[in-house]
Amino acid sequence: MIGQKDIVTSRAAKEVAAGPPLICVKDLRVIFDAGRAGFWGRKRLQVHAVEKVSFDIHPGETLGLVGESGSGKSTTGRAILGRVPITSGTIFFQDKEITHAGKEMVRALSRYMQLVFQDPYASLNPRMKIVDIVAEPLLVHGLVKNTKEAAGEVAQLLELVGLPPDAGARYPHAFSGGQRQRVGIARALALKPQFIVADEPVSALDVSIRAQVVNLMQDLQARFGLAYLFIAHDLAVVRHISHRIAIMYAGNIVELADRHLIYESPVHPYTKALLSAVPVPDPPVQRARQRITCAGEAPNPMDPPAGCRFQSRCPHVTQTCRDTAPVLTSRRPGQTAACWNC
Amino acid sequence: MNDNQNTPLLEVRNLVVNFYTRGGVVQASRGVSFQVGHGQTLGIVGESGSGKSVAVQAVMGLISNPGRIEGGDIFFMGQSLLDPAGRKFVRKVRGKDIAMIFQDPMTSLNPVFTIGTQITEVLRHHLGMNRDQARKRAMDLLGLVDINAPEKRLKQYPYEMSGGMRQRVMIAMALACEPRLIIADEPTTALDVTIQAQILELLADLQQRLAVSVILITHDLGVVAQLCHRVAVMYAGRIVEVGDADQVFASPVHPYTKGLIRATPRLDVVTERMVSIDGVPPDLISPPQGCAFSPRCDQAENACLRPQTLTPLGDDRHVSCWCAIKGDTR
Amino acid sequence: MSPTSADTLEKALEKNRYERVEKLLELGRELKRDKAGLIGVILITALVMMAVFAPMIAPHDPTDQDLTARLAPPVWYEKGTWNHMLGTDHLGRDVLSRTIHGARVSLWVGAAVVLLAGGFGVVMGLMAGYLGGRTDAFVMRWIDTQVAFPGLLLALIILAVIGPSLTTVVVVLALNGWMVYGRMTRSAVLSIRQSPYVEAAEVVGCRWPRVIFRHILPNLTSPLLTLAILEFARIVLAEAALSFLGLGIQPPATSWGLDVSMGKNYMFMAWWLVTIPGCAIAVTVLAINLVASWLRLISDPQEREKQFARHMAGAMRKKMQASIEKELKAP
Repeated sequence: MIGQKDIVTSRAAKEVAAGPPLICVKDLRVIFDAGRAGFWGRKRLQVHAVEKVSFDIHPGETLGLVGESGSGKSTTGRAILGRVPITSGTIFFQDKEITHAGKEMVRALSRYMQLVFQDPYASLNPRMKIVDIVAEPLLVHGLVKNTKEAAGEVAQLLELVGLPPDAGARYPHAFSGGQRQRVGIARALALKPQFIVADEPVSALDVSIRAQVVNLMQDLQARFGLAYLFIAHDLAVVRHISHRIAIMYAGNIVELADRHLIYESPVHPYTKALLSAVPVPDPPVQRARQRITCAGEAPNPMDPPAGCRFQSRCPHVTQTCRDTAPVLTSRRPGQTAACWNC
Repeated sequence: MNDNQNTPLLEVRNLVVNFYTRGGVVQASRGVSFQVGHGQTLGIVGESGSGKSVAVQAVMGLISNPGRIEGGDIFFMGQSLLDPAGRKFVRKVRGKDIAMIFQDPMTSLNPVFTIGTQITEVLRHHLGMNRDQARKRAMDLLGLVDINAPEKRLKQYPYEMSGGMRQRVMIAMALACEPRLIIADEPTTALDVTIQAQILELLADLQQRLAVSVILITHDLGVVAQLCHRVAVMYAGRIVEVGDADQVFASPVHPYTKGLIRATPRLDVVTERMVSIDGVPPDLISPPQGCAFSPRCDQAENACLRPQTLTPLGDDRHVSCWCAIKGDTR
Repeated sequence: MSPTSADTLEKALEKNRYERVEKLLELGRELKRDKAGLIGVILITALVMMAVFAPMIAPHDPTDQDLTARLAPPVWYEKGTWNHMLGTDHLGRDVLSRTIHGARVSLWVGAAVVLLAGGFGVVMGLMAGYLGGRTDAFVMRWIDTQVAFPGLLLALIILAVIGPSLTTVVVVLALNGWMVYGRMTRSAVLSIRQSPYVEAAEVVGCRWPRVIFRHILPNLTSPLLTLAILEFARIVLAEAALSFLGLGIQPPATSWGLDVSMGKNYMFMAWWLVTIPGCAIAVTVLAINLVASWLRLISDPQEREKQFARHMAGAMRKKMQASIEKELKAP
């Protein structure tokens, strides 16, 4: 990792311990095969989901990963968990390369890294009791012999996420979205992981419940020193939980900065558009706000343009942007952005 | 917004809708009343299960089997939509004078017909246009919703378009018959934030230009703040607060409205921690006695167990909260 | 703290068992409302009872010949006797007893084939759908090939080589019938494996057999159950057909198909010889289909809700009418 054209990564807020990163992603590229097209299928279709993405996450830190649908944010998260074939680049977990981990290694790693899902309704098996769902990780890793043996631990986990222990005896359909998401978190915590990928964990929840779950995740982080990759589709929810935030657009990270810098002095035009797209719940303020609505839509991931991927929607586009893709460069301490003109 | 006519465009009076499920009778709408004036935009805000969609589904006649309208009435331009004697009027009104925009444009557009076929179909059926007239009007409509190269778009199928583009087509179709009222049920929930911003801008612009009335159903207070003149906040099948949007946001009276505004994350104000409302929404099979919000309310007292109605507080604001009526806690 | 919370959980788990009974009772109540389904279930239960207790119910041994009473008509004819309620065949065997005993063969073959073919087909479908790739290609091509090969021909070949018997009939029908389970299971697995709870199971570290049998299979039970019951009806017919052709059950054993086949020679003298076993086949298949359509309804939560709402609406209308009538009568 030394001696290469290093991409600047900033050490996050002070509370995060200095030291080696827990997760280190470097030049990650994920290209999916999407079948063939044309006569006799001569043309191969490829989806460029993630292109040259680099970041690291320290123990106890939350990296917010924000992007719209198709930006490759979920793919990035799943690549770290070994659920997506990686085209090129490297991923390290505690100085150990896990880029092309095999099935057994991914299984072993599942004790250290877990996933929290977006849809609390679809992510719990409707035919299993809550106790079986939460005990399953313990069971399949041979930490307990049967569910009965796990009862004590399951009850503790349920209390930890704010559910009554007798909730374990019921089936998922008896619970509301927020409660199910708590069950999902309890399942992820069962193996006492160090790192959790949270894939839009509150997007499907109601506003009044959203904050409950985010606060719970923050409390758990403080208590167990967890590191999160917190994926979201807008900048409103990641604000409180993230130490640093990475903005993704069409497979690229366009800006990566400490939290307060993203909100106070965003650099990339897309970050600015994202910020102004979240409406403020105050009519006079919202009416008075200067809104940047970037016209147009994201490029086709099967045929991304040369140069900057944001060029079709960017208000400051120049010839350089069309020819060469910008890389992340340092703008101020703790802030990097990939843009030629800002 | 000044109302010249005395009768509101749409009036929903004491609407009661029940869903008969095996688990029990779900009281989805427990006496909902609201009005929409001419050229006015009403935002109905609530969380999932608050009954916000049920109210407008009743207006559109979309309540079917497990659900039954069991009380109240709906008047459009002074005429009842629920009166069985006025079936002809109802058929004429729905789809022509009242149009609806749904959350997911992909499921409400027919995947096997081109956009052009679908728009011209509406025009020919409702307005009796011939092929050429309909085509010309369809192009105008697409232009109206800021779709470039309408001629090319008319030949496309829904799957060839992005989500934002499809929602624009849906809006164009809703505008086809020059409706007096547009009901938009979570029109931007399925879209990305930057696309949502585009669509909201478009809706606001169209509403002003065409002076059409709009009911906007949403769970996002920010969307209401951008678009609506009036806002009704729903909780557990009832409206808990309704009034002028600026005033409701500036000085909410009902504790639920207050909580909701505080829980909506704001990018322009820095807070330490996200604010939540403790507890979970009630089960509508056996909703709490009296004020449904009282189990989650920190001001709750014994009085809150008494049945409540929306009570006027002056300046067009109505609230159903004993504490607020007593003290006017603004 | 922790021991008490664990206790709470264990107590709650204990209480669960009663809820299961409650659910069964509710299912019963719903069955009572669906008349067609209820008739189907009653008929099937009766058939099963008939098959199980055949030796006790049947008035005669099905193979007992009484050459003095050959081709005796049913009881409602002048010459009919109560001794042979539904008449006798050309060897003087009691038709009623043969029909009762015939149920045994039909149901046994049906159950055995459904279990064998279903079990094999489902396992193959699960593997093909979940493992994908070469396994999938191999299983699917195998199924395609076998579907393309005429089933009756295969049956004829096997039966000709091994010789007809009850076991061979079961094996032949199972060999011909597993593909439909395989295909259906595979397509269902393909959609279920996309669901987040399957991904969750994988992320948590479940190995594939556990994912398949613990997470995917239980969520397939309702469509598979419906399919299995419909297949059961088909198998009953198929067994009858094979026996009719002389390739199935061999005399002196009894089977409805065999009886129809033997009766056809006397069709114009003694119509009851073909009609009564034929009716037995028809009633069985009808009953199974009634049950299957009810099950399909009950296993779809949305349909179940609609059904319930319809019932409630009807009940309320009745109640309202009753109260109106009461009011009218009161003064």
